[in-house]
Amino acid sequence: MSIEEKENEIIEEFAMFDDWADKYEYLIDLGKSLPKLDDNNKTDDKLIKGCQSKVWMHSELIDGKVIYTADSDAIITKGMVALMVRVLSNQSPDEVIDSKLDFVEKIGLTKHLSPTRSNGLLSMIKQMKLDALAYKQLKS
Amino acid sequence: MTAPGATLKSSLDIKKIREDFPILSSEVNGKPLIYFDSASTAQKPKVVIDSVSNFYKYQNANVHRGVHTLSQEITVAYEKARVTIQHHLNAAHPHEIIFTKGATESINLVAHSFGKKYIQEGDEIIISEMEHHSNILPWQQVCEEKGAILKVIPMNEAGELMLDEFEKLLSPKTKIVAVNHISNTLGTINPIKAIIELAHRNHTPILIDGAQAVSHTLVDVQSLDADFYCFSGHKLFGPTGVGVLYGKEKYLNEMPPYQVGGGTIKTVTFKKTEYADLPLKFEAGTPHIAGGIGLAEAIKYVNLLGLENIAAYENSLLEYATIELNKIEELRIIGNAKNKTSVISFVVEGLHPFDIGTILDQLGIAVRTGHHCTQPIMQHYGIQGTVRVSFAFYNTKDEIDTFIKGLERAIKMLK
Ligand SMILES: Cc1ncc(COP(=O)(O)O)c(C=O)c1O
Repeated sequence: MSIEEKENEIIEEFAMFDDWADKYEYLIDLGKSLPKLDDNNKTDDKLIKGCQSKVWMHSELIDGKVIYTADSDAIITKGMVALMVRVLSNQSPDEVIDSKLDFVEKIGLTKHLSPTRSNGLLSMIKQMKLDALAYKQLKS
Repeated sequence: MTAPGATLKSSLDIKKIREDFPILSSEVNGKPLIYFDSASTAQKPKVVIDSVSNFYKYQNANVHRGVHTLSQEITVAYEKARVTIQHHLNAAHPHEIIFTKGATESINLVAHSFGKKYIQEGDEIIISEMEHHSNILPWQQVCEEKGAILKVIPMNEAGELMLDEFEKLLSPKTKIVAVNHISNTLGTINPIKAIIELAHRNHTPILIDGAQAVSHTLVDVQSLDADFYCFSGHKLFGPTGVGVLYGKEKYLNEMPPYQVGGGTIKTVTFKKTEYADLPLKFEAGTPHIAGGIGLAEAIKYVNLLGLENIAAYENSLLEYATIELNKIEELRIIGNAKNKTSVISFVVEGLHPFDIGTILDQLGIAVRTGHHCTQPIMQHYGIQGTVRVSFAFYNTKDEIDTFIKGLERAIKMLK
């Protein structure tokens, strides 16, 4: 599935909720079901520091696709992290680099990505793209 | 103590007071705003907003500069604001009141100028374990520059400073002590009178960071005998970007300027500059004129209500909220000093403060989460952060009830 198809899938899922609480409960469930990063991957070089919640992100290139795994100590942040991993993982570096990720706006969770939010999510996306860029340069 | 369910008694007409604060009738995320973050910054009454807006509409001119009428009038108004602040703190002279941009700048000013004049290699500076970063970093920097040593008064588990330990830290090498009046994270009201006395017995001057105190209690710098006392306007219902440093004349006279430039001089030649007298020596550049005037209005407003009435009412909010919060099983209040102001920090077992704050925000309830610029306190308790609620006199028992319901809902969602 392409990034856009995955984004559309998520937008459809969120369209089922008409109030904020259901939306957040779903996000919390996503956070809870995201496999934990094992502790030996939760090292400081994988840590993306927000002021409040922490995000750890790890990536590998397997068969030309970037595989991301990630974790957070805050569950709502982790739910957002899960969405990002679902959308961006298993895509080629180019696709990751070009992704616009406007599904976040469409599901009404933009405020988690505003630069003033101290949850490290925006920095995580930046890092995901930087990793993809590094893999791309490695290949060429 | 007020029984839960009863309305809190107060000599203040809270309903009427709330009408003075336009923002309190607004909605956030479709819910009526419940503002429990006054320790970060307090909301502004209409008199303050009007004074700022009237300044720009009808009075705008530069101070201390012009020959023209507007400039002279605003200079008089600005200096009147200084006198209002002087009287409020019961300072001996208006020129002991220095306008700054806030508590942070006031502390930086003292650390820089006092440090330059009085601190040498091997000297010691004492702060406490419960300081805001704004009252740690400037001293750390002086220590680095001068080769001085930073000592820290420890606190006990309740979040109270250990004065016997403080006594042991004092020595002939101690050049200055800097502690807060009230902790922004724990709500602890420190016994500053006793702390000042101990410092003075050691012939050491002391700075009190009153950022959290001035909105809850009357401060008399002369009866306290504080050498320096500082606060921010915005936490006292005044504008942002303006603050105050009170300093005893003898120190301010001896200290070199902090920043230099327009307004701070008597004569300038390329060889030598003669600096102006107090307070202008410490007020480089065009000041925040509207801020100073707005702050004086805020002080008048608070005095109209009476700080004793305010403190009594806020105490009843504190007691009620503490009782209600303690009913939640997994919840632990951080900071249980006997003498506390209306600030409550707490953690909920297994939950991240950030998640709790995010859900409360959806319910229109503004709280603060994180380390509150006091990481050493977090290290003391071995936690990452807390949720903090802080009340002002415009908050109500009903709001606390709504908040408790919201918190219970958040916990249920997040568990
Ligand atoms: C105890 C204390 N000191 C200093 C400050 C810094 O105040 P400002 O940011 O207004 O300079 C604060 C603000 O949170 C505070 O609570």
